[in-house]
Amino acid sequence: MGNRRPPDRDIAPVAQRVRIRYARRGRLRFSSHRDFQRALERGIRRAGLPIAFSAGFSPHPKISYANSAPTGAASEAEYAEIGLTAAWDPEAVRAALDSALPPGLDVVDAVEAHTSDFAQRLEASHWRIELVDVELPVAQAARDAFWAAGRIEVQRMAKSGLRTFDAREPVAQLQVEPDSQAPCVILKAVVRHVTVTVRPDDVLAALRRVADLEPPVPPRVTRLAQGPLDEATCTVGDPFAPDRRG
Amino acid sequence: MSATVSEHLDTRASLRAGRDVGASHFDRLEPLLARISKPIQYVGGEVNSVVKDWEDATVRWALMYPDAYEVGAPNQGVQILYEVLNGREDVLAERTYAVWPDLEELMREHDVPQFTVDGHRAVGDFDVLGLSFATELGYTNMLNALDLAGVPVHAADRLGDEPLVIAGGHAAFNPEPIADFLDAAVLGDGEEAVLLITGIINQWKRQGRPGGREELLLRLARTGSIYVPRFYDVQYLPDGRIQRVAPNRSDVPWRVSKHTLMDLDEWSYPKAPLVPLAETVHERMSVEIFRGCTRGCRFCQAGMITRPVRERSITGVAEIVEGGLKATGFEEVGLLSLSSADHSEIADIARNLADRYEDSQTSLSLPSTRVDAFNVDLANELSRNGRRSGLTFAPEGGSERMRRVINKQVTEEDLIRTVTTAYAAGWRHVKLYFMCGLPTETDDDVLQIASMAKEVIKAGREASGRRDIKCTVSIGGFVPKPHTPFQWASQLDHESTDARLAKLKDAIRSDREYGKAIGLRYHDGKPGIVEGLLSRGDRRIARVIEQAWRAGARFDGWSEHFSFDRWMECAQSALSDDEVDVDWFTTRERDRTEVLPWEHLDSGLDIDWLWDDWQDALEEIAVDDCRWTPCFDCGVCDQMDTQIQVGPTGVTELPMPGIGVPSCATPLATTTQSVTRQDASKTNGG
Repeated sequence: MGNRRPPDRDIAPVAQRVRIRYARRGRLRFSSHRDFQRALERGIRRAGLPIAFSAGFSPHPKISYANSAPTGAASEAEYAEIGLTAAWDPEAVRAALDSALPPGLDVVDAVEAHTSDFAQRLEASHWRIELVDVELPVAQAARDAFWAAGRIEVQRMAKSGLRTFDAREPVAQLQVEPDSQAPCVILKAVVRHVTVTVRPDDVLAALRRVADLEPPVPPRVTRLAQGPLDEATCTVGDPFAPDRRG
Repeated sequence: MSATVSEHLDTRASLRAGRDVGASHFDRLEPLLARISKPIQYVGGEVNSVVKDWEDATVRWALMYPDAYEVGAPNQGVQILYEVLNGREDVLAERTYAVWPDLEELMREHDVPQFTVDGHRAVGDFDVLGLSFATELGYTNMLNALDLAGVPVHAADRLGDEPLVIAGGHAAFNPEPIADFLDAAVLGDGEEAVLLITGIINQWKRQGRPGGREELLLRLARTGSIYVPRFYDVQYLPDGRIQRVAPNRSDVPWRVSKHTLMDLDEWSYPKAPLVPLAETVHERMSVEIFRGCTRGCRFCQAGMITRPVRERSITGVAEIVEGGLKATGFEEVGLLSLSSADHSEIADIARNLADRYEDSQTSLSLPSTRVDAFNVDLANELSRNGRRSGLTFAPEGGSERMRRVINKQVTEEDLIRTVTTAYAAGWRHVKLYFMCGLPTETDDDVLQIASMAKEVIKAGREASGRRDIKCTVSIGGFVPKPHTPFQWASQLDHESTDARLAKLKDAIRSDREYGKAIGLRYHDGKPGIVEGLLSRGDRRIARVIEQAWRAGARFDGWSEHFSFDRWMECAQSALSDDEVDVDWFTTRERDRTEVLPWEHLDSGLDIDWLWDDWQDALEEIAVDDCRWTPCFDCGVCDQMDTQIQVGPTGVTELPMPGIGVPSCATPLATTTQSVTRQDASKTNGG
């Protein structure tokens, strides 16, 4: 752009940061992260929130996102942080955004940010994987084979090409439960967030690898929680807890 | 016949699947979505989408834009009709789009019917399937959707409760190539037409459906403004030309006329446009600032068939923008029309909207502007916030002579002056749009595009004192269209088009001083020949379309899906028993006596005027715009009993929103003063 400078604008500073937890439910689990970004930005405008913008030629709304669930997976625990130019009651932000977003993109919680290490607090995810038309003993045997293995290499196509990585070690817990709506079993997995994120699909690929577990119907996947991992109990805690105390 | 295409099935898809008519099929679609790309486009649930109870409506429309969701969802026409129809209590309207081959394959395997994205209802369950054809290249997608819906593709085979298949949009001004597949076609503006059709269906249903489907179609045809192809027969001469097109019953009219909506301010749509979750080609709050164009560019079908010019007032525009931004949260406003800077109040509209939204990070865009310095001022106004993409101008023809032929009245001097202003004002990139293959065109006319581009760069470097300025030349192949003065013209064959473009490319690339500053974008000439075949074809082309679809043609507007060879093979085989072939429909020039396939369809344009204008084109005589010169009798206003509706309204300032309702004393209370052509010519001293 040569000698052109961004026009002089009064850029209102960020007065408050609000962290939101949102759910991606039902048919809108098929929205991608980019789809959600656009929906949220427009939802913020519809809701009339005093969103802060970056400076420069093309100002962007001040929103940052934590690691999002893959397209097609539902989630009860996605996180974003919004910079506002005026202080609002977090619950009012939540309610305004929730009603501005389409049903299925539901804002379920909001806190004012008092801490700075939020992303680091998202140490692990708790996933629920529904396997339709899979018998309980079959699933149980597969789980046991998975658990007994020290390392299970799986492959996934990434933007940079085919990646090979271990899908076993990051899994802190894997449980099999019968579902009330048999024939269906539920896998519950607690997975640590590591450099190459192990997704539910990778866990399923690992189960296929070690035990030939091949669900006849594409499994429905839901992220139930994201947050700090209690290694002793293998439970995923509330990442907003330090902010609530603040 | 391909095995991928199902045989006709009599029962509705919903009944076959063991569920009620109007029931959702989402549970059957959902497992398939996990296995395809971009599933979000099929799930609906957009902000401002509507799902009504099936039983509460008496007339139910499925609206289709026959292309992928990312192209179809932003379509202004479909969105307006969706709102107009759903605004009626007893009417229900949902949307459906063409599904990509990955989902199509799974739908056929699992017997999931063509569905609407709103309620995931089977398209075959609706009363009407209304298709909007912006281009002829959507025809195969229509056949595929019908087949996936379990609806017979031939109208003659639809004997029962299948939806009425009705085409609209610009391509519907010659629906003859798809006449065998249509129950009806509507020419012109859709807002009132869909309500007219709804009313007729409603009454027929309440009466207990007397006379069945035939009677319903007859009632539509008798209006004189809905074309029902089955009530018209085409006879051919031994040499393949049409002898005549005539009604086959005495109670339908000989000619069918187009719909023209008068007073756009009475139709403030869209009020709450859809906000797609999926990424689409246009993501903005679009408002049509006027409809119609009388610039008289001879190649432009849109300009010819949408006459007369009808403006929305400055206050009408502002209301739609304000309401639409609130309802959508869009970051951009698009002021749409065929030539946006021609609005009589455009400067005030642009300034007021720019003032109003300056602090809200909302940008304004003005697609379709002409080549004049005024538009650079306007563009500066619209880019106050600092964002400057390229400025686009469309000289269309490379030489002065060519521009007289096509009646695009802009001189090279105008263009150089305009781009100089733009480069001096800080723009660095100008895009120029041209056509190749225009009537009477020679290699030299096209090569002058290169010299014009070089002059642009030269002038730009001088004006800005910089060397980093750029110019992109985009070239589209000209396709003669029905209801234009060029409807008789010979289309340039694709080999000649390609050869001419290659010469142009050489002329630009070989220039060491300017070549690197000029970008060239163009497509080969082959798709244009298929578009030409479908544009000026007659009912015999239906066989070609059907064969091409059965052989796998879909998404013909997408280069990665389009196969020229498949189309040509299908045309050869489908037309083997006829006197005619692809060249006959495309590269052959017609004479005045030939009956054109669309002559019984009335766009309001007087055919003698069109012919005279064609002769003027050949003699390189230009024609003025009737908004500021006397009427030149194109025929539309007389024929259709319409008139030009242009401002100014006298309103120059808009109150900031939310500051209260203006009192009656303010100019805001002034109603639009429509200036008829006569008045306009007086005020302009014409």
